[in-house]
Amino acid sequence: MHIYKADQEPAVRSLGPENLLLKGATLKNTKKINGVAVYTGMETKMALNYQGKSQKRSAVEKSINAFLLVYLCILISKAVVCTTLKYVWQSKDGQDEPWYNQKTQKEKDTNMYVKMFTDFLSFMVLFNFIIPVSMYVTVEMQKFLGSFFITWDKDFFDPEIQEGALVNTSDLNEELGQVEYVFTDKTGTLTQNNMEFIECCIDGFQYRHRDELDGFTVTDGPVSKLQQKAGLEKEELFLRALCLCHTVQVKEDGAEETPGDQVDGVDGMFPQPEEERCFIASSPDEIALVKGAMRYGFTFLGLESKNMKIKNRQNDIEEYKLLHVLNFDPVRRRMSVIVQTKSGETLLFCKGADSSIFPRVKPEEVERIRLHVERNATEGYRTLCVAFKQLSAEEYAVADTGLREARLALQDREDKLMAIYNQVETGMSLIGATAVEDRLQEEAAETMEALQGAGIKVWVLTGDKMETAKSTCYACRLFQRGTELLELTVRTLEDGRTKREDKLLELLRDYHRRAVQDAPPVKAGVTRSWSTANQEYGFIIDGATLSLLMNPPRDADACLYRNLFLQICQNSTAVLCCRMAPLQKAQIVKMVKNSKGSPITLSIGDGANDVSMILEAHVGIGVKGKEGRQAVRNSDYAIPKLKHLKKLLLAHGHLYYVRIAHLVQYFFYKNLCFILPQFLYQFFCGYSQQPLYDAAYLTMYNICFTSMPILAYSLLEQHMAIEVLLDNATLYRQIAKNAMLRWRPFLYWTVLGIFQGLMFFFGVRFLFSNPALQDNGQVFGNWSYGTIVFTVLVFTVTLKLALDTRHWTWINHFVIWGSLAFYVFFSFFWGGIIWPFLKQQRLYFVFANMLSSVSAWLVIIILILLSLLPELLLVVLRKPRGPHSRQMAAVTPLSYKHLMERY
Amino acid sequence: MAASYNAKEEDGHLSGSSGLGGTAIRTRKPDNTAFKQQRLPAWQPILTAGTVLPAFFVIGLIFIPIGIGLFVTSNNIKEIEIEYTGTETSSPCFNCSHNFSWNSTTPCKCVLSFFLDQPFESNVFMYYGLSNFYQNHRRYVKSRDDSQLNGDLNSLKDPSKECEPYRFNEKPIAPCGAIANSMFNDTLDLFYIDPNGTKNPIPLIKKGIAWWTDKHVKFRNPAGSNLTAVFRDTAKPVNWLKPVYELDTDSENNGFINEDFIVWMRTAALPTFRKLYRIIQKKNNMTPTLPRGNYTLEVTYNYPVRSFEGRKRMILSTISWMGGKNPFLGIAYITVGSICFFLGVVLLFIHHKYGNRNNSSDISN
Repeated sequence: MHIYKADQEPAVRSLGPENLLLKGATLKNTKKINGVAVYTGMETKMALNYQGKSQKRSAVEKSINAFLLVYLCILISKAVVCTTLKYVWQSKDGQDEPWYNQKTQKEKDTNMYVKMFTDFLSFMVLFNFIIPVSMYVTVEMQKFLGSFFITWDKDFFDPEIQEGALVNTSDLNEELGQVEYVFTDKTGTLTQNNMEFIECCIDGFQYRHRDELDGFTVTDGPVSKLQQKAGLEKEELFLRALCLCHTVQVKEDGAEETPGDQVDGVDGMFPQPEEERCFIASSPDEIALVKGAMRYGFTFLGLESKNMKIKNRQNDIEEYKLLHVLNFDPVRRRMSVIVQTKSGETLLFCKGADSSIFPRVKPEEVERIRLHVERNATEGYRTLCVAFKQLSAEEYAVADTGLREARLALQDREDKLMAIYNQVETGMSLIGATAVEDRLQEEAAETMEALQGAGIKVWVLTGDKMETAKSTCYACRLFQRGTELLELTVRTLEDGRTKREDKLLELLRDYHRRAVQDAPPVKAGVTRSWSTANQEYGFIIDGATLSLLMNPPRDADACLYRNLFLQICQNSTAVLCCRMAPLQKAQIVKMVKNSKGSPITLSIGDGANDVSMILEAHVGIGVKGKEGRQAVRNSDYAIPKLKHLKKLLLAHGHLYYVRIAHLVQYFFYKNLCFILPQFLYQFFCGYSQQPLYDAAYLTMYNICFTSMPILAYSLLEQHMAIEVLLDNATLYRQIAKNAMLRWRPFLYWTVLGIFQGLMFFFGVRFLFSNPALQDNGQVFGNWSYGTIVFTVLVFTVTLKLALDTRHWTWINHFVIWGSLAFYVFFSFFWGGIIWPFLKQQRLYFVFANMLSSVSAWLVIIILILLSLLPELLLVVLRKPRGPHSRQMAAVTPLSYKHLMERY
Repeated sequence: MAASYNAKEEDGHLSGSSGLGGTAIRTRKPDNTAFKQQRLPAWQPILTAGTVLPAFFVIGLIFIPIGIGLFVTSNNIKEIEIEYTGTETSSPCFNCSHNFSWNSTTPCKCVLSFFLDQPFESNVFMYYGLSNFYQNHRRYVKSRDDSQLNGDLNSLKDPSKECEPYRFNEKPIAPCGAIANSMFNDTLDLFYIDPNGTKNPIPLIKKGIAWWTDKHVKFRNPAGSNLTAVFRDTAKPVNWLKPVYELDTDSENNGFINEDFIVWMRTAALPTFRKLYRIIQKKNNMTPTLPRGNYTLEVTYNYPVRSFEGRKRMILSTISWMGGKNPFLGIAYITVGSICFFLGVVLLFIHHKYGNRNNSSDISN
């Protein structure tokens, strides 16, 4: 193509957004096109919408770090206390260096301050086990191994795509149990993105397509019904309108295409043998409509050089010349075509949203159809009204020139086009309405209901139109019949004469007053009453308004706007954000994520446009939908269907959270009561850093003796059965807000650890006030002391876990009793041989001698029992409170009874 | 329009097709095993007040008798402690402790008399006790060479570095280290004063005071028929009066396998401790081992403790199946038992009263 030729006027072509070819576009009906690159590289939509994948860290990890800091402080203060006391103690006469315990020359020569420093470091080394280094290993193992249960879950297996769930990161397992906000994409996630023509209404009569089989093979059934209701002429006019008023392309012979190659919107083959065709359209609704018309006998055969061919009921081919397409745009919310029949008549067919069609047709026709449209809309269908108008030759000539001029206008092209469109699309007569269902995903409504029951706020973020999105929300019961909708959209902003910003603020204030201030105070977010007495609010916002909200003209208001907005949202049961750009989705997620209390957010989506929101949220879930793998690849977890989200959160998430929270608390606890006796021992050994336990015990404690039971627990524990968790979504609220890793439970575990550590040490200390513990009068030394303490420790810590275990599989039995047996076996073995590589045979027969002493047995038994007594006591003292507490009490392990007490 | 565009389709389409269409469809249906589906059969114990309360009673009922038994046993153990540090001027050992000198050649002796108002019936165990003596100090605990004590000849010639500063005294020290060096070397002799005034020495047995495994396995003399020859190239510990091969005349109790030495080498757990010194065997069933009456304790005072404000004492004690006298266990068992029992009663009452009320309110809900 030569735009400039020497002898010719340059041809003027207009290029607008409608000419843009985006990624994934397919070339049809032509061998080649000429293109102009407009956005390249980093300016492409994809690059602009892409956000760097940032490190995601779970709330549990943050808690761990906080706890770690506390323990680090404890460690340092212990070392400081010991160092100080050591020098206080040594300053007394004859204590530092009695005659029986002289220092070496080197020690004597060392500078006092250097010695103090090395002493401090030695104490740090001695007490360093209080920092549960091995916890990190165990946590990693737990996460890694635990994530297999998601991939293994056969409930997540989808026979359609022959795939189960996919875990891309195992770091966030427990975060699944902490979700407070779910941001879901609509198309493809909530809905199947699979439009189906449900019914139409012609001239006020309803035509419902009963049986799908009929529609495909027998055309007479419904037709005969039609004839009883509306006039044949009107009926055919309506069906012709459906066949003509669209921008659908026909793709012949798509038989060899594999399903994976289908562009979205290409729909499956039709069973008619001679008509193996699929349709391509920018919107699946249009395909549904064309197919709907086909069921009633009018088949769209395709567009050939501006001629639209239709096969009518009599199998005749009708040809129409396509004169103009008045494109769909979101502001007009309708589209039209102008066609010329064979007989020379010029017809305009228009279809669009009821709100944009009704004002442009004769009012007397509206009432008959409005009823149907409204009923359909509340049923969750997407409705369109169809109107038509016959254009006289003059009218057409005016319209034609107007359209041509406007299209070529270089300035204000859009406005001019709009004006001419509006001018043409007037005085039409309404011929009918259609209802198309965007099929919801399986169990979408149940899933949403469960999520809401679990106290999770569901936000629908979609690029779709508000009406469509709203109907979907109704369909999946996010909005109920009684829900009061608070709309904040371009439409609500523009109906006043005031400036948009002022109107926005006014509306925000108004909604805030209604939703937040007038609402009865909600008790700490825990007991939300489900009675209908409480007005439920649904909040709707669109992309344009959101960007106004986020970037108000006056910067000072940004904070105010945002706060009002967030508060309204937080008090709404469901929030719908429509007309969102992908980055806006991420923006919303980010805003909620950074709001007060930094709630845990989860994004679920299936398309590439959800990627940024998936990456932004704490947990990103990809649905293995029809829209490719982009979302799945960028997600943290991928599930085949939306319905799997319920089990993923309510069962897996809950269990993982409980497991890992218990794991973390238990690790801190067991290391605290491990090291506390060693600390206390310093007061009895002249602050000399003498370890209480043998080096082998020190090393093996976390590696061998106590690691396996907690690992098994953290993989297998089910404090409640999975079915119970799934059936009672409210159980999810128990662990909301990181309930098991807050300071209160942490304090509880720490106090328990300190109590037990004191018990271990002083119990044995009193026993050793007379170290003649054997019946032959022989005495025990310091290693026996340590071994007794250690034995009590290992047993108590393991039995404490056993008390907390609610789900004893054979693995738990094996590991818990196996660990204890291994400890006994190891102690015998370690003390039973003179180890040639050891400098000192400290434990030689210490364990065996200990077991030969009745007193040692008795003290071990009573100390274990005494240490576990508070746990047992709390079981009884835990008073059942609240309506479900009895049921809870039966299934709640000891260690999280403090949770129950709050409710 | 030659092209169609779907707003939702930006990138996934091509990659998706290659992912799905490229490879043969693998069936990745997860195995339906109990483990993988988290459905392993499991025992699910539920701790409720109902199950825990009986446990309290059972614990109470078991522990109280045990505690009483322990307490009675401990009370039946007879024990007498004689302190002989000699800090007060009135003490017979005051002179010895006051004039102590490492270099004195003549041993200082002091005699303490005491009265036993109850006879000791069974075997009597004689302990020495030290206070404020930090045998558990880290520097002290590690200052030994176990391979030397196990008869290793190399270690005999070149003791472990841990023994510093008690490692070499020109020649290698055997046994090396602070523990060995500071071995308790007071000699305690016990005499029974007949009602008619005669002084009868009480036979003290010095075997069987150390752990059997220590004596027979852990401690061994270096190989050689003659101990003196074996230890010829070694020096005695600095503070010892005699070299190690002269600890006892009995070859079975000499050198490293001297039981007094072995007992000392087992470092005590706390700064106040006692160690078994001698055993007084019961002669026959007719007469008590130590009858009621006057006794004297003759101390050869070699061991200085005043410099670190230590205390020395001699303890005579009988032994029961639970060891020496220690009321702690008995009291602990009785206390825990009673607490459990008491708590059981209180909790049962509370549970019965409030538990029922809750039940009924639940039902009404």
